[in-house]
Amino acid sequence: MRHFIRSTAVAIAMATASTFTLSAAMAADLSGAGSTFIYPVFAKWADTYKKDTGIGLNYQSIGSGGGIKQVIAKTVTFGATDKPMSDADLEKNGLVQFPMVMGGIVPIVNLTGVKPGELVLDGKTIAQIYLGAITTWDDAAIKALNPTLTLPSTAIAVVHRSDGSGTTFNFTNYLVKLSPDWKDKVGSDTAVEWPTGVGAKGSEGVANTVKQTDGGIGYVEYAYAKQNNLSYSKMLNAAGKVVEPSLESFGAAASNADFKTAKNFNVIITNEPGDATWPIAASTWVLIHKAPEDAAATGEALKFFAWAYKDGKETAKALDYVSIPDSVVDLIKASWKTDIQADGKPVYAGE
Amino acid sequence: MSAVQEALPAVRGSRDAIVRRFALTDAIFHGMTRAAAILVLVLLGGVAISLFAGSWQALSTFGFSFLTSESWNPVTEKFGALAPIYGTIVTSAIAILIAVPLGIGIAIFLTELCPRPLRRPIGMAVELLAGIPSIIYGIWGLFVLAPFLQTTIQPFIISVFHGIPGLNSLFAGPPYGIGLLTSSLILAIMVLPFITSITKDVFDTVPPVLKESAYGIGCTTWEVTRRVVIPYTRIGIMGGVMLGLGRALGETMAVTFVIGNAHRISTSLFAPATTISATIANEFTEAVGDLYTSSLVALGLILFVITFLILAIARYMLMRIDARTGA
Repeated sequence: MRHFIRSTAVAIAMATASTFTLSAAMAADLSGAGSTFIYPVFAKWADTYKKDTGIGLNYQSIGSGGGIKQVIAKTVTFGATDKPMSDADLEKNGLVQFPMVMGGIVPIVNLTGVKPGELVLDGKTIAQIYLGAITTWDDAAIKALNPTLTLPSTAIAVVHRSDGSGTTFNFTNYLVKLSPDWKDKVGSDTAVEWPTGVGAKGSEGVANTVKQTDGGIGYVEYAYAKQNNLSYSKMLNAAGKVVEPSLESFGAAASNADFKTAKNFNVIITNEPGDATWPIAASTWVLIHKAPEDAAATGEALKFFAWAYKDGKETAKALDYVSIPDSVVDLIKASWKTDIQADGKPVYAGE
Repeated sequence: MSAVQEALPAVRGSRDAIVRRFALTDAIFHGMTRAAAILVLVLLGGVAISLFAGSWQALSTFGFSFLTSESWNPVTEKFGALAPIYGTIVTSAIAILIAVPLGIGIAIFLTELCPRPLRRPIGMAVELLAGIPSIIYGIWGLFVLAPFLQTTIQPFIISVFHGIPGLNSLFAGPPYGIGLLTSSLILAIMVLPFITSITKDVFDTVPPVLKESAYGIGCTTWEVTRRVVIPYTRIGIMGGVMLGLGRALGETMAVTFVIGNAHRISTSLFAPATTISATIANEFTEAVGDLYTSSLVALGLILFVITFLILAIARYMLMRIDARTGA
């Protein structure tokens, strides 16, 4: 709830800021739409950036699908999505994409007598729970992962997102990698056909339903779990180590991801290798036109992104996001020079 | 006399001009109101056509099975509307079952029994229910009503009906707090003011002489209500019920919060389900892919048709009562 109030406050602040700009009739604002996951950090960045440069950002957090639709329709300069677009779709619509920020997704539970961070889970077990195959908390599979815990025989109440969401996409992407059963029966997308459980609207819905239901399990972005003091679980990663969710373990996932060889930066950072890696990390990508009609607006947007990569690191960290590693930022900037052009010249003339 | 006769043509001339002016303003007024009325028809036609065009891909891909299949799978792009249709109809029906006796009860109390000073405050309170935004109902349902049902009412009902065949599957756990019944309760509260105010209005159309005659031959208030007022206003009440039903069918935000949004049909009233408008609200922004979007629009078309039929029936019934009272 606190998060909800805070994001509302941010939204109001943004709205006031943007009306103020209109009345001041300053430089044109940047316009973007899409991912709700990235919205808090965009809002904070935009606030600082406006103070520095006088250029504001009008970002509508309407969901990744909406962002994709709007950028294709050219109603906004850029879109933001938690699910990368396929190479074919990028080609068809003349878009490029690059990662902007990363975060982590954590399983949250509500178990009497189990404190936050005490429970250990792995992908296979979570898949079985979400398939409805494991129905009680004292199931042998969960016991095997938690030999020291006394687990109640409470029925597991599965909670998932009801609205299409990038969080769901990354979560199910991880389950597909870990469980052949999940791959065959359900698959991965921003919305899937859930075999069991109850759907709640938005992260706040999932968090609340889990909080209110004894034996509940759900999944939310780390920032959300941390700020609301939800009872998260630890995870067993690809290297077979038990890890805590933290900015460090998400960072480890990011630095182990291979962006160098990936086409269009299309790397989903779930189940990455490395001892310290958190297995369900997520990125948000920015989508922007390759041959923009309004080269000036696109140039300004890229300038803002370059600023955010460099000067927005602390802000991102304060809001529990992981910044894109510098090595990857260099790759991204190089790709801007070659890919985003108007009249045969790169739109972004930065360093 | 002669002076008057001489003055007449002048008067007549100016009178003709005035009459012409009146005729012209009348014609303009007539044209404008007619244009406004036609605009509504054009808008409705436009909505219907664009819904049909938008859903064409889904309808042509799935055909009739779109109405009979329960599968709603964005990954494999197999869509069927049965679960949302079922959820929409069942939640609205239960809401009406709860709201109609309540609404009629309130209306009878207000028109027949209520002491004068109480009449306004109670009437106002009911009307105010209609003024609460649906998002507030949704949040209240999620944070207040659902936990209350989950911890007290639902476990009690589950344990009472446990082992009675039929009823035990109708009230089967686990108690999530959110689900079919919770959204029906919220809907019932939301449609109550509509049913109450229309019922109250039609009760007021009963000619006093009928009621007085009944009282005169020694009827009790119960008998007057039962044998005179209700039979006389039956069609009007039905119209009010239908209007409430139309509102319940289309309610989005409040339902989305408390129904559990699961594309499944289950026998239990405590189970999570989904409705047409909740599905559209939940999935439209993230629906990537033409067939997915088209299937959501097709859901909208189905809801449009259902609501249109319900409202048409309601209007027809209200028209019949108007005809009878000579209004």
